Amino acid sequence: MLAKRIIPCLDIKDGKTVKGINFVNFRDAGDPVELGKAYSAQGADELVYLDITASHEGRKTFTDLVRRVAANVNIPFTVGGGINEMGDVDRLLGAGADKVSVNSAALRRPELITEIARNFGSQVCVVAIDAGWENGEWRCYLNGGRVPADRELFSWAEEAQNRGAGEILFTSMTHDGVKEGYANEALARLNERLSVPVIASGGAGRMEHFRDAFRIGKADAALAASVFHFGEIPIDGLKAYLEKENICVRR
Amino acid sequence: MNVAVVKYNAGNICSVDCALRRLGIEPVITDDETLLRTADKVIFPGVGEAASTMRYLRERGLDRVIRSLTQPVLGICIGMQLMCRHSEEGDVDCLGIFDADVHRFSPAAGEKIPHMGWNSLYRVDDRMFPAGVEGQYVYFVHSYYVPPCPDTTAVTDYIHPFSAALHKDNFYAMQFHVEKSGAAGERILNHFLNL
Repeated sequence: MLAKRIIPCLDIKDGKTVKGINFVNFRDAGDPVELGKAYSAQGADELVYLDITASHEGRKTFTDLVRRVAANVNIPFTVGGGINEMGDVDRLLGAGADKVSVNSAALRRPELITEIARNFGSQVCVVAIDAGWENGEWRCYLNGGRVPADRELFSWAEEAQNRGAGEILFTSMTHDGVKEGYANEALARLNERLSVPVIASGGAGRMEHFRDAFRIGKADAALAASVFHFGEIPIDGLKAYLEKENICVRR
Repeated sequence: MNVAVVKYNAGNICSVDCALRRLGIEPVITDDETLLRTADKVIFPGVGEAASTMRYLRERGLDRVIRSLTQPVLGICIGMQLMCRHSEEGDVDCLGIFDADVHRFSPAAGEKIPHMGWNSLYRVDDRMFPAGVEGQYVYFVHSYYVPPCPDTTAVTDYIHPFSAALHKDNFYAMQFHVEKSGAAGERILNHFLNL
């Protein structure tokens, strides 16, 4: 049976992981390659590396990092952050990334999704959507949640799929950082409307939240950052819990 | 050991290169007939589309070379599908090494296509796998599949059972991305290298 995926997300600035790490016996917590290997050993199913650097030098450092991750990590990984044009996609896939995640650039110019899918196949194209619940609808945002876009979550997700997105990564800005669970209702509606996998993001605080994202939200994968980085939820422990709750995970 | 990776117009060759290097092998990535014929093992990997990759192989005579190799050859993902008789993807005749055809998954209620993610292997045949692989999870990304057939050496279930691996004579094939399948994938790849 196809397993539900658990995906740690690492924010990268100038080639280093940004958020704090609290692993026991872990020597270089700032090294994204070592951290990725540690997550893989714990049972992570995929990794997401998000480049939050703005500078040109930072981009080059990130590409070098992607090359090192590809050489050292034995599970699939997605890279995102600052992908604006096909040149960026070429560079990151060429460095060994399995998938690229596009967000603001796709909202500004949806043809980017079509171009990625046509050139490299839908399986490499993850469309990330940041949206918040306001005035009775899920409003999409650009630039890491700073600028509201003139789009609503469900229609945008559907358009992204029709243009060739292979997966939709939905982050609820309303739930992100609150640690009270994922946006399960919106996830379930997304899952009903889409025929591509949906990755839940934003809101994980306890193990039950992952269970609910899969059971109620019908998500195909769940992504989280701080609960993993700070060691609050060990991935092997989370998978043992989910298995006990009759959710199919890779052990 | 001398391992050659077939160079052609398919993506994902660099991830196979990386996986081999993690196992201490420095492969040669080549489309040169002599280098392919003299290698101890040949890997035929890839992510791509069947009709365009078959056309590319034919134009360069690589179809004939691959078919006539005598050392252990491992096809991965599209590599495995191209080693079959015919693919529905682009309605194309393939290498015909395995006596099986490649079909597109028909979406069942609630099932998504492509089949993407970790799924388990069963009815695992120890002719091409190390011990303890039964029930292990490996990583898949594909929209086309080979039904179970006499050459099947492992089965996975998605919508219905399909061939996760095939074996005939010196030809081995895996539908899953063994190079991205964590510790289980490393054991399986290492086993092939030591055949």
